[in-house]
Amino acid sequence: MVKDLLSVRHLNVGFDHQFGHTAVIDDVSFSIEKGETLCIVGESGCGKSLTSLSIMGLLPKGGRITDGKILFQDHDISHKTTKELSKIRGKEISMIFQEPMTALNPLHTVGHQIAEVLLAHEKVSRNEANQKAVEMLKLVGIPSPEKRFKQYPHELSGGMRQRVMIAMALICKPDLLIADEPTTALDVTIQAQILELIQELKNKFGMSLLLITHDLGVVSETADKVIVMYAGQVVESSETKELFTHPKHPYTQGLIKSIPKMDEDEEELATIKGTVPSPDEMPEGCRFVTRCPFAKDICHQKKPPIVNVGHEVHCWLYSDDNVKGGIPLVDNV
Amino acid sequence: MEQPQLKAGPITFSKPSKKVVSRRSSKILKHKLALMGGIFVAVLILLAVFAPLIAPYSPIRQSYAEALKPPSSAHWFGTDTLGRDLFSRIIFGAQVSLKAGLISVGLALLIGVPLGMISGYFRGLWDDLIIMRVTDAMLAFPSLILALTLAAVLGPSLNHAMIAIGLVFTPNFIRLVRGEVLAQREREYVTAAKASGLKNVHIMIRHIFPNILGPIIVQATLNVAAAIIAEASLSYLGLGTQLPTPSWGAMLAEGQGYLQQAPWISIFPGLFIFVAVISINVFGDGIRDWLDPKIK
Amino acid sequence: MLYYIARRLVLMIGILFLVSVLVFVLINVIPGDPATLMLGQEATAGARAALRQSLGLNDPLYIQYLHWVGGVLHGNLGYSLADHTPVMSILLNKIPVTLELTILSFLIAVAIAIPVGIISAIRKGTAWDYVTTVFALSGVSIPAFWLGILLIYLFSVTLGWLPPSGYVSLTDNPVKSIVLMIMPSISLGIRLSAQLTRMLRSSLLEVMEADYIRTGYAKGLMEKAVVFKHALRNAMLPVLTVSGLELSAFLGGAVITETIFAVPGLGQLIVNAILTRDFPIVQGAILFIAFAVVFVNFLVDIAYSLLDPRISLGGASK
Repeated sequence: MVKDLLSVRHLNVGFDHQFGHTAVIDDVSFSIEKGETLCIVGESGCGKSLTSLSIMGLLPKGGRITDGKILFQDHDISHKTTKELSKIRGKEISMIFQEPMTALNPLHTVGHQIAEVLLAHEKVSRNEANQKAVEMLKLVGIPSPEKRFKQYPHELSGGMRQRVMIAMALICKPDLLIADEPTTALDVTIQAQILELIQELKNKFGMSLLLITHDLGVVSETADKVIVMYAGQVVESSETKELFTHPKHPYTQGLIKSIPKMDEDEEELATIKGTVPSPDEMPEGCRFVTRCPFAKDICHQKKPPIVNVGHEVHCWLYSDDNVKGGIPLVDNV
Repeated sequence: MEQPQLKAGPITFSKPSKKVVSRRSSKILKHKLALMGGIFVAVLILLAVFAPLIAPYSPIRQSYAEALKPPSSAHWFGTDTLGRDLFSRIIFGAQVSLKAGLISVGLALLIGVPLGMISGYFRGLWDDLIIMRVTDAMLAFPSLILALTLAAVLGPSLNHAMIAIGLVFTPNFIRLVRGEVLAQREREYVTAAKASGLKNVHIMIRHIFPNILGPIIVQATLNVAAAIIAEASLSYLGLGTQLPTPSWGAMLAEGQGYLQQAPWISIFPGLFIFVAVISINVFGDGIRDWLDPKIK
Repeated sequence: MLYYIARRLVLMIGILFLVSVLVFVLINVIPGDPATLMLGQEATAGARAALRQSLGLNDPLYIQYLHWVGGVLHGNLGYSLADHTPVMSILLNKIPVTLELTILSFLIAVAIAIPVGIISAIRKGTAWDYVTTVFALSGVSIPAFWLGILLIYLFSVTLGWLPPSGYVSLTDNPVKSIVLMIMPSISLGIRLSAQLTRMLRSSLLEVMEADYIRTGYAKGLMEKAVVFKHALRNAMLPVLTVSGLELSAFLGGAVITETIFAVPGLGQLIVNAILTRDFPIVQGAILFIAFAVVFVNFLVDIAYSLLDPRISLGGASK
C-alpha cells in the first residue's frame, strides 16, 4: 500500500450560530499520495472550499470539525491549536486563495510578505529571506523581480498578485499545496498561465496538489484523481480519465454534459434543473434526489451506499439490490 | 460562495474558545441595555414633567439653618450651601437639562436638515464651495468654545445657551443629511420620480426625506445627550442657566468649593448628568442597531 | 506624494481663510455694538467712541477684516483690553501649558485604548469584552467636570495623595509638574480613550475578517504576529483619522479641565477672557486653536498617506 501524504477520513464540519448548529460537510473522505493531484469539484456551496479550509484549520467563524480525522503524514491535525498548526501552515501545507486582490495585505510590500513566510519557519536572516523572496518572484515568472519586490499589492495586476501568492506559498517548499479556485477571479487569458505555472512548480518541487474548482475543464487538464461533491457530500470519486469516460452518478453526468464543447454546435447547454437544497432542509436520503431524473423511492428514504463500479459512486442506482430489482443502469455518455 | 449563513467571519482557531458568550446573548445584552436606557430616559422625562408634584421641597427655598446637611431621610441628597433641598433641585434641574437638550437639537435640526437636503440634492457650487467648506471650517472650532463665545456674546442665559448650542451642532446635521441625500438621489425611485415630472421640492420632502429619517433620528438622539453635557458645561462655567434656576452644571460648580464639607452637592448632580447622558446614548445606539439590520 | 501634499496644503489654506472669516464674524458681526460688548453697558459714550476709533470699527467690515488679517499675518493678534499686553505674547505664555496637558492626556488615552481595544476585539464576546464595552460607553458619557471633581474628591480630599489643583512649569520642576497634571490628564483623556477604544475595537473586528488575515494564518504566522503585523496597522488607519477629527472636541474639553484644576492654559484664558469680555484675547485664542486643529488634521492626512501606500500614488495615477 502506498503511503498517503494526506488522508481525510469521515470529515464532518458544521457551524454554530444563533439558532443552533448546522451540519455542512457530511462524511467526506479522500486521500492524496505524494506527488499526486487531486481535484475537488462541485458547484458553489457544495462544501469544497470548507473542506480545504478544515485541513488548514482556517474555518470561518463558528465553523468546527464535529467528527472525523485529517491525517497529514500520519498525524491527526484536525484538532490542533493555532500554535501547533502554525508550524505546519506555510511550511508543510500551503494554500492559495481565490481572490488575489484581497488576500494580500495592502500595507506591506509583496517582497516583505513573501520573505515573512521564510522568517516564520526557518532560521534565516532578513537579508537571506529577502534574497530568497526575489528568487521566488523570478521563479513564478514575475519580470524584474527586484523592482517588484519593493512594490505594494495595489501596484500589481490580478495575475501578478496570484503569482505572488504562489511564491509565498512555495517559498518553504511545502509537501502539499492547496489551491482554492486559484484562477476563478482572474481574466480568462491569465487563467491558463496560472494553472500551467502551478503544474510546473508542482512537478519541480515534487509536491502534492489539492485543487478546488468548479471548472471541469481545469479538472481534466490537471487532476490525477477527482472527488465530486454535492451539498456537502462526496457523490463520486475516481481517476480522472475514468470519470470523464464513465461518469456514473447522475450529478456527475449532468456536470459533464453541461461543459460547452468546442467541436459541437449545440443550440443550448444542458443544465441540471433545480437548485441545491439549503443545509437546513436536506432531504432524508440522497441529497441529490430533488434534482435527480432517475430518483426512486429508496433514494428519498435512505442515504445511498458506496458502490464500486470500477471507481466509487454514492448512488442507489448501482447498488446490488437495485440491479437485481431490474432497474436499468444509467450509462449514457 | 458558501451558504448564506456561512458568511466569512473572522478566522477562528481550531482550539475550542473558552468562555465565549454566544453571539445571541451579546445581542440580547445590547437589547437589554437599549431597553434600560429607554426606561431611564422615560423616567427622567416623567421626573421633569411632574417635578412640581414629585419634589418634596421648593427648589429655590433657602434655609440657613438647614445648610450643608448630609443626605438623610428628610433630605435624600442632602442640602446645599443655602440650605436648599438637593433632591428637589435635581428634579427641577432635569427640566432644564431636558429642555436644553431638546430645544437646542431642535434648532440644529430646523436649520441643518433643510440646508443639508438642499446642499446634497442640488450639489453644485453652492454646495461644494459654501456649505461644505463653511461646515469644514466650523468643525475646526471646538464646539464647546464656539458655544461659549456665542453664549458670551449673546449674554449669559439658558435661552442664549440653547441657541448657541443649537447653532454649534448644526454642521453635524448638515453633513449627515447631505451625505444621506447624496446616497439617495442616485436611487431608482428618485430617478423615477424625476422622470414622472415631480417637482424637486416634492421629491425631497415626500420621497427622500422619509428614507433618511432613520439616521437623522439616531444622530438627533445622540446629539441630545451631547447638548445636555454642553448646557451643563456652559452652566458650570457660569455662562448658561442663571441662578436661582436649578441647573445640574451650575449646582456642580457650586459644590466644587465644598468638596471637603459637603461632597454630595457636586456628586449627585453629576451622577444625574452621567446617568441621563449614558441612557440617551445607549438608547440612541439601540435605535441605530434596530434601524440597521447589517449590524451584528 | 508631493502632489498630494501640495493639494492638501492648498485645501488647508482655504480652510484657514474661512476659519479666520468665521472668527472675525463671530466677534464683529453679532448684533450690537462691539464697543458696548467689549466695554459693557456701563461704559460712557465717550469711552465707546474712543474704542471704536482705536479699533477701526468705523471702517467698512471688509476693511476691518483685511486690517485684522494683515495683523494676524504679521503675528499681531491685537491687544488685551484689560492691560494692553499683546495677545500674541499672552498666548505664547499659555500654549506650553495646554500643550503639556493635551499631550499627556493624549498619551493616557492611547495607552489605554490600544491594549484594551485590541484585547476586546480579539476576545470578542468574553467577559473582558463586556467590561470594555461598559468602559467605552461610560467614558463617552461621563461629563469631564464631574469626573474631575470625583478625582479631586477621591485623591485629594479623601486619600490626600495628589494636590487638588495648580500648575508648575515642566521646566521649573518636571516631577511636580507631571504630578499636578495626573488628574487633569486623566479627566481630559478618558473620553478620548473611550472613543478610540470603541473605534479600534470595531475597526480591528472588521480587519480581522479580511482575506489577508486568513492569508497570514495560512502562512503559518502565530496569532500575535497576525494581529500586530497585519491587522493592527490596517485597523489603525480609521482610528488615526478619528483622532484627528476628535482633536477639536479634545481641545474644547481642555477648557473645562483647565477650569476645574486651575491649570493656567489656553482654556482657562478663554474662559476668563469671555467672563471679563476681553474679546481680542478670545478672538486670538480661538483663532489659534482652530489653526492648530486644521494643521494637525493636515498632518494626520500626511501621516495617513505615509501609512497607506495606496494613497501616495492616489491623486495622480489612479
